[in-house]
Amino acid sequence: MDTTPYVVLSAILFTIGTVGVLTRRNAIVVFMCVELMLNACNLALVAFARQHGNLDGQIAAFFVMVVAAAEVVVGLAIIMTIFRTRRSASVDDASLLKY
Amino acid sequence: MTAFWILAPVMVLAALGILFVRKAVHAALLLAVVMISLAVLYAALDAPFLFAVQIIVYTGAILMLFLFVLMLVGVDASDSVVETIRGQRVLAVAGGLVLGVLLVLGLSQLTLGTVVGLDEANSGGNIEALANILFSRYVFAFETTSALLITAAVGAMVLAHRERLTPKAGQAERAAQRVRDFSEKGTHLGPLPSPGVYARHNAVDTPALLPDGTPAPDSVSRVLSSRGTVRSAPALADDIEQVRRSIDGVPGGASGEQATATGHNTEQHSLEEEGR
Repeated sequence: MDTTPYVVLSAILFTIGTVGVLTRRNAIVVFMCVELMLNACNLALVAFARQHGNLDGQIAAFFVMVVAAAEVVVGLAIIMTIFRTRRSASVDDASLLKY
Repeated sequence: MTAFWILAPVMVLAALGILFVRKAVHAALLLAVVMISLAVLYAALDAPFLFAVQIIVYTGAILMLFLFVLMLVGVDASDSVVETIRGQRVLAVAGGLVLGVLLVLGLSQLTLGTVVGLDEANSGGNIEALANILFSRYVFAFETTSALLITAAVGAMVLAHRERLTPKAGQAERAAQRVRDFSEKGTHLGPLPSPGVYARHNAVDTPALLPDGTPAPDSVSRVLSSRGTVRSAPALADDIEQVRRSIDGVPGGASGEQATATGHNTEQHSLEEEGR
């Protein structure tokens, strides 16, 4: 079947993830939306791998997954540290670096 | 193809749900729906290895890590509705719409040609073919990944580690403190009463009853009472009143019924609080 529907679905998911990152205030939900964007990119990569008949796209998706795992570990540790000092997981509260 | 047309609406709806649900746990569960549907799509796209990795790594490990942190962060995790920058939400949604429409329009006008398909590339098995590429052309990236993972593990340990500033109080210190409290403030020396004693339930959210029928506030956990999820004392007192009235032969169920209902309401409220 055609690749276009897959890529369109990936674009829609990516857009939803972007809006989520911009609008949600809870740091953990923001993180989930970043994961959603990464997943959307993976879908496009896998779809294009089949379109072109070589496996490089799948390898790229695999590397994206590895990087996402590392990113989640460090990001959630940062969220935990901020929560421990500020008792809040909201992205608005950690604004001291501005000043 | 059927899988795609069934799963695509489900995925879009679940992803939209992440935007709109108030509780972070619900967002995590909706994300799980999206991720498992993606895994099925990978299987449909001739990527059985990524299908397994998506379920094991993403749904199994990453999402569970999210849930772990959510449970650690706890009930505070609800979203605040206050906008810190005025008009930011509207602008973000408008920008997102523009981005989405642009992407979808651009992609739908694209002609990608005929699909080559992975039958040839996967002929010796998908995992074998992936391994061939991964350990030849991408071997340097693969090695670098190990450095990345080690850095991430060390970073998480450094960030999550807390330095102990005061020495930990052992059993001897706590016993001495207890006796000191008794001599100075007259606090009871023995252990606290356990919850639910002589009450109608033996659950941890039910305070024990003192001999005169009043609830003992010490018998429930401080955390539960500060969350307001303790079965309220008036409800229990009313229960006792009801029993007394029935012993005396005076039918008076209405107030007691009402009190039990409020007790259940607090319990439901507590479940909602925990869901966040």
